[in-house]
Parts: sequence; structure tokens; C-alpha cells
Amino acid sequence: MKKNIWIPCLVFLLVFIILLSLTLGKYEITLGEIFEYLAAAAGAASMDEGKYALLSNILLDIRLPRIIAAALIGSALSASGAAFQAMFINPLVSPGLLGVLAGASFGAALGMIVSSSWFAVQAGAFLCGFLAVLIAVGIARIYHGDRLLMLILGGIISGALFTSLLSIVKYVADPYNQLPAIVYWLMGGLSLADGKTVLYVSFPICAGILCLLLFSRFLNILSMGDDEAKSLGINVTRIRMILIFFATLISALTVVIGGLIGWVGLIIPHVARMLVGPDNRILMPVAALIGAIYLVAVDDIARLLFTVEIPLGIVTSLMGIPFFILVLKNARKGWA
Amino acid sequence: MLLVAENISFGFPEKPVLRDISLSVRRGEIISLLGPNGSGKTTLLKTLLGLYRLDKGQVLFEGRAISSLHRMALARSIAYVPQIHRASFAYSVIDVVLMGRIPHKTFFSRFSPRDMEIAEAALDKLSILHLRDRPYTRISGGERQLTLIARAMTQGAHTFIMDEPANGLDYGNQIKLLEGLIDLCDEGYTFIKSTHFPDHALWVADRVVMLKEGRIIADGLPDDVITSENLFELYGREVDIHSLRESFRVCIPRKIGKCRCLHTH
Repeated sequence: MKKNIWIPCLVFLLVFIILLSLTLGKYEITLGEIFEYLAAAAGAASMDEGKYALLSNILLDIRLPRIIAAALIGSALSASGAAFQAMFINPLVSPGLLGVLAGASFGAALGMIVSSSWFAVQAGAFLCGFLAVLIAVGIARIYHGDRLLMLILGGIISGALFTSLLSIVKYVADPYNQLPAIVYWLMGGLSLADGKTVLYVSFPICAGILCLLLFSRFLNILSMGDDEAKSLGINVTRIRMILIFFATLISALTVVIGGLIGWVGLIIPHVARMLVGPDNRILMPVAALIGAIYLVAVDDIARLLFTVEIPLGIVTSLMGIPFFILVLKNARKGWA
Repeated sequence: MLLVAENISFGFPEKPVLRDISLSVRRGEIISLLGPNGSGKTTLLKTLLGLYRLDKGQVLFEGRAISSLHRMALARSIAYVPQIHRASFAYSVIDVVLMGRIPHKTFFSRFSPRDMEIAEAALDKLSILHLRDRPYTRISGGERQLTLIARAMTQGAHTFIMDEPANGLDYGNQIKLLEGLIDLCDEGYTFIKSTHFPDHALWVADRVVMLKEGRIIADGLPDDVITSENLFELYGREVDIHSLRESFRVCIPRKIGKCRCLHTH
């Protein structure tokens, strides 16, 4: 019961770090100014018109979409990572297991070379992410045998296929404009996150995360193995497909907003497990919240540490590796 | 009849696992399934749970085809106690036991204090309530087996299908487990369990079923079925059955029995 205290604490921390991140940037804004701005926006106080317009521009058009994007991506990757780890009974699994990230990367790259419209890139990432998982599930269905193992093998094959296809796209891309764009995109970053995309994508991402949370009780049971889950009255195949669908939906959408951002979906569930234990009913919301907090913080580092912005995916990987070594040391507490 | 298997066959075309098996289980029985490794015991138990789509034949639960029953409803009647397995995630004992309440819940309902009471009562009945908050991965094999039995009781099931429940338990815990089965049997529970110990079958079973290469070779009262001939047929070793007092019988491997005699006399 005491573990439930973590959720309000983390919500508070998330709000705090979002507010803090709003103040950070090339143009300094204090927390006081943010509250004055909020008061003015609500009509409760007055503010100099020029300053109001400037703050509106910086806070609402530049900083907020990016911060929300970071929170959504961190949350989505952590929730789908935690769900996959329980579902595949393997704490070393990450959201890309079934090929969604490889597929989405290929789709985005393809969008960049066939069209100059940003929408094509996003649609390509989303559709190919789903296509890759469909192929993985399809391959798993061809053969009898251990369902989980077949799905993992299907994911490996599908991931390898789309990684090769991505290489083809890179090879045929124009090396002066398109290739660098593809490479930067695959490094992952939020500098292109615009308010409109983030707003549209936030609905399906939030809905997907909520659906995964609704199924968290079943994740516990799936992690006992198929036969036990069935004997406990669970329709294993159906529930697993529903979970894979929502995890794929939100993972593909993270690529739509921010490219490839690695390690978050693998590490954050471990951190959450160290805090609250493996029970998915509490682990899932805690992982989603920690993921959001983590990625907002890491994105601050990515955009502020040096005068030039570092791609977010590079920072998450670089930070992820020592973090993972640290986590492995303590991980026994959670799952061994 | 509680549970009936009618001429069931299952397996791969090149390697059938179960061949034309028929078996009926009465309410309140303890049935021991004996057979060498790879004889199909686990597969038979899982088909009785309705986990597999059969090649031939059918399994009836209370007169209805098990494949036509809703899994949730079935889970409230039949529980599976698997062989001790190594869990990947360290759920607390009470969380594992509470999983047994899932078949009683709708999608949106949460566990209630009543569910918690039922789960704790099951732990208490098996005298492992003190393990309530321990991680399931950090308790002994015997305690894990008892936890799984507590989960089966929490399911509200009256029929338990147990795969080698005594496997991996120390001598004391094996006896404790079998004593527990007898108590629960008196309360009307039905057990179908596989075992590697003919003695265990002689101790607690009302009926013994012998399985070899996917076929039933004997099915009857323990005293009738556990014979030197049948045990040789199953395991390829000479075993003598001795009677103690009027009715209690024990198995003694012939060669070992002879050696012990030479040593002591």
C-alpha cells in the first residue's frame, strides 16, 4: 500500500521538471515570469503586450511542445518496454523487440527520399512501424511451437529485414541533402517537434498508454507463462495481441515525433522495478511517469549542455550505458 | 463423472504423445499418474485442463466438452498447479496467490478486501501466511509449491491438476504436502497428480493410472495396479511390494533390498 505514494510524488516531480524546463534556454525566463504570464493569460493580471507576445512565442510555440514531446516519448517507451518485459517474461527486452523501431526508421527514411513533405516522413514512420510488427507476428504464426520464442524470432527477422531496407534507402539517397537528413533523424531529437504534430500525436499516445495501464493486472499473469495464464482463465492470444497493438502504436508514434531514441524503454522499467518491485499494477504507471521525467531532463541536457544541440538519442544512449551497468548490479532485487 | 477423457490422441504425426487415452475421474478422488520420463504425463494433465486442441477424442468436464466452456468459468472449477518453475519476476507471495481471483473479476473491477481475505485464508490454511510479503523467487521450492496450491484454492476450484507436486521438496515437505492433499480430499476436493514415487501413490491415492509411451497400461486401485510386473513394465527395474501390518504396502527395489540384507546379516 505504501508503494502507492510514489505515484503522487512522481506526478509532482514531473510537473516541477516541466516548469523548470520551461525556464531553461537561451532566453532566460524565471519561474516568477511564468506564473505572471499564466495569470495574464487567465485574465487575472495585466502584462506589457510586447513581453506577453514574446513569452507566448517562447513558452507556447518553442519550449512547451518540445517538453511535452519529451514527456510523451519517455512515457510511451517506458510503458511499452515494461509491458514487453512482462509479456515476454524477459527483463532484457525493449520496445523494439518486434521490429517496430526498425520499421519506423525505414519508413521515415523512405518518406524523406520520396517526398519533401514532412507529413510523408511521419506517415511513413508510423505505417512501416506497424508493418514490421505485422510481419513479425505473421512469421510467428507460420510455425508451431513456443509462442513467445516464435514471436521473438519473428521480431528478429522483421527487424533485420527493415534494417537492410533502410540501408538501401540510405544508399540511394542524395548524399548532400537527403542522407544527412536521414542520419540526423535516426540519431533522434526533438528540435523538429512542432506544436501541431505534438498535439495531434498526444491523443493516441495518451490513449495507448492508458490502455496498457488498464491491462497491467493481466501482465502479471502473462508473465507466469502461457499455460498457467490460460488455466487462470485468460485468453492469452487475444490479450497478447491487444497489448502488442497498443505498444506498437505508441512506440511507432514516438518515432513520428522524435526519431530513434534508444535505451529508455529498456532501462526505465528496471529503475521503476527497483523502486516499487515487479507488480505491474504499480510498476506500469510508475515506469510511465519516470520515463517522462527522465526524458524531459535528458532533453534539457541535450539542448543546453553545449552551444550546439546534441541529438537526444545520442545522450540517452550515452547515459543509458553506465546507468544500465549500475542497474544490473542492483537488478537482482527486482527480478532474480 | 467429473472429468472424462474420451479416446484422446495428441501430438505430432511423426511422434504421437498421447495415443487413444480414455480416463474418467470421479469427484473427491485422488488419482496418481505414474509413468517414466517422456511417457506423456504432463501432456495428459494439460489436455485435461483443456489447454491443447486435440487431434482426436474429447475431454468432458461435468458432461460438457471442455473446449466449448468459457475459460474463465473453467478456471473457477479446475486449477492447475504446475511443476516448480523459476519465476523471472519477484512478485510477492500474496500477489501470486491473488492471481487466483482473476477468474472472479470483470475487466474493470479491482481486487477487493474480500479477495484479499480469501487469498490470506488459503495461505493460512496451508500454514504459510508468514510468507505473505516475501518475494516468490526467494522462498524454497516447497514453499513455492504451497504458494501455487494456495493460488489454486483461491481460484475457488474444487479440482486440482498437479504436475509432480512433490518434486524438489525435502522429505518433510513431501509428507506435509501429501497430508495436506488427504485433508483437502476429505473436504471434497479432487486431485489428479503425476508423481515419480509409487510409494506416494500407495500412501495417498484412491486410484493409480499408469502411462507408458502415451498409452494407459493400467488403471485401478493402488493395491491392484502397483505390482512388481507393472513397475517393471514402466521403469524396467525389479521392485518388490511388501506388506506392512495388514494393509499398508511399500515398494522396495529388489537389488537394493538384497544388498541391504547382506549388509545387516
